[in-house]
Amino acid sequence: MRKKGRLFVQFLVLLILIFFVSIIINNLLINLSRIGLGFNFNWLLKPASFSLAEYSFSYNPSNSYAWALFIGWINSLKVIFTSLILSTIVGIIIAFFRTSKNFFIKIISSGYITLIRQTPLLLQLMFWYFVGFLGLKSDSLFPSQNLFNISNQGISIGSVSISSEFAALLFGLSIFTSAYIAEVIRGGIFAVSQGQWEAFRSLGISERKGILRIIIPQALPAIIPGLTSQYLNLAKNSTLAIAVGYSDIYAINDTVINQTGRAIECFLILLISFLILNLLISNTMEIINKLVINSLNKK
Amino acid sequence: MRRIISGIFLLPLVLTSCATLNQDNSSRLDLIRERDELRCGVSGKIPGFSFLNSSGSYEGFDVDICRAFAAAILGDPEKVDYRPLTAAERFTAIKTGEIDLLSRNTTFTLSRDSIGGNGLSFSPVVFHDGQGLMVKKESEITKIEDLSNTSICVGSGTTTEQNINDAFESLSIPYTPIKYQDLNQVIAGYLQGRCAAMTSDRSQLAAARSGFSNPNDHLMLDTVLSKEPLAPASEGSDQKLADAMRWVIYALISAEEQGISKSNIDEKLQQAINNPKLKPLRRFLGIDGGLGEKVGLSNDFVILIIKSTGNYGEIYERHLGKNSNVPIQRGLNRLYKNGGLHISPPFN
Repeated sequence: MRKKGRLFVQFLVLLILIFFVSIIINNLLINLSRIGLGFNFNWLLKPASFSLAEYSFSYNPSNSYAWALFIGWINSLKVIFTSLILSTIVGIIIAFFRTSKNFFIKIISSGYITLIRQTPLLLQLMFWYFVGFLGLKSDSLFPSQNLFNISNQGISIGSVSISSEFAALLFGLSIFTSAYIAEVIRGGIFAVSQGQWEAFRSLGISERKGILRIIIPQALPAIIPGLTSQYLNLAKNSTLAIAVGYSDIYAINDTVINQTGRAIECFLILLISFLILNLLISNTMEIINKLVINSLNKK
Repeated sequence: MRRIISGIFLLPLVLTSCATLNQDNSSRLDLIRERDELRCGVSGKIPGFSFLNSSGSYEGFDVDICRAFAAAILGDPEKVDYRPLTAAERFTAIKTGEIDLLSRNTTFTLSRDSIGGNGLSFSPVVFHDGQGLMVKKESEITKIEDLSNTSICVGSGTTTEQNINDAFESLSIPYTPIKYQDLNQVIAGYLQGRCAAMTSDRSQLAAARSGFSNPNDHLMLDTVLSKEPLAPASEGSDQKLADAMRWVIYALISAEEQGISKSNIDEKLQQAINNPKLKPLRRFLGIDGGLGEKVGLSNDFVILIIKSTGNYGEIYERHLGKNSNVPIQRGLNRLYKNGGLHISPPFN
């Protein structure tokens, strides 16, 4: 009986909520159409008539706005996932440097983290792009080699080449995020009680084996939630691409808004794209988290 | 799942906070008077047009248009609140009522001026511009065909982006656009050698070049990719505001046609008062005819404008003339009687 009563109250609250939300949406739509900004998505199928520097699928200016935005989304995914992998690798390395007993390695790694974490990301991206990559000469640094070329036009290794814009964004995002990831990992390792370290040492297990088999598995449950939020930040920070001229979804959205004047629809598309992307990341991480916890419980 | 549902519920809440209520159909002219301040959208980043000067206030050609309007409606050119806007923000800023008037190197186009498009209302053209290309002299590029298979730095979210595409596509010249949000980044990308050329309105290229360490190392190609008539704009459904704006601009041009300037306005006014036979001058200066009232301004609005900014030619000389920091030849921006395109309909 009591349970039924509670269910009824919850149902009532939900109804009231839906009622208010629909009033708000209705209000919004009326007001928007009154100032001539009513919702309309027909423009999505019209030709975009602007060209793009980078695309993974075929694109030309006579393709639709929708396709241009999709290309932008793929460009965003490209930079987010490569930098997710790169920043994790660098983050792990730096975290282990920080826990190292070697004084110099410790100083260098904590200096790296301090420097990266205390300066704004936008500034760092601008630095890598305008000072780092564009500061290079216009002809390759290694003119004799055809295998590896690096100039202010981009980097090419064999047949694979990436533009300076992509390289600077990848570099900047990875370095920035790696510093945070390193701290998350270090925090996780320190969360494992000192007794565990003493235990495996007294059993004569080697330092490397002990960390890999005993410390890391216990640190993971503390690391993964922190890692998830860093990955989500990375995805959101990728919109700073516009500062270094990379055609991500935000930059393309900017052009589309100006050509069509459809700011509200465009931002809605942007919000939903990122909602989907970040839900994907956070759900994947949740699955990983559950797997880790289950495997620990089995032991 | 729970997160998706709550996400969907919160989205409209976020959006509603952006929408503003448009109370009634009264003109913004009344609102501006009530507020005793004009909100004017400018770029704030283009020397000669709108730029922060050393004393921290905005200065330039576009800024003087705002000042002229403030003088006409409020009697004081200083009562302006400048809002620096990016190219992508500017139209939404007008539609949502954040600004009253946009004076920001905006190209007058059909889509922007029409109800089916951006729904704005454009004033007469204040600056006839055209899109150009700037290259480094040492690159030995002299014509557009030399730019085949190169990178070109371009500002995103402008007509520039579309024009360069149209021009290169029609000539079948392949190129890679490197797009930046901000003109300063376009310039930095070009100077750092990322692109063989940069493109923008010729006036902006000239303004940018004036800030380079060696302006003479850079060449503007003769090819003009597009016509760019730049004009102030306001909300399209506000006829009264649009009327007032249109005739403020024409007053500036008409004053130059009649040789009325900041220095001789008092003298001209005396002449008009003393001599009832100078009919057109008396109407123009608001002694007869009550023309100001017809466009929702005071009858002496022309005097207020000329006293604060001077006529069109004076504004041009001050910010873009030979002795200014950003000299741009007057060319198409001369009066019709001197071979240019500016002409004012009669003040009758």
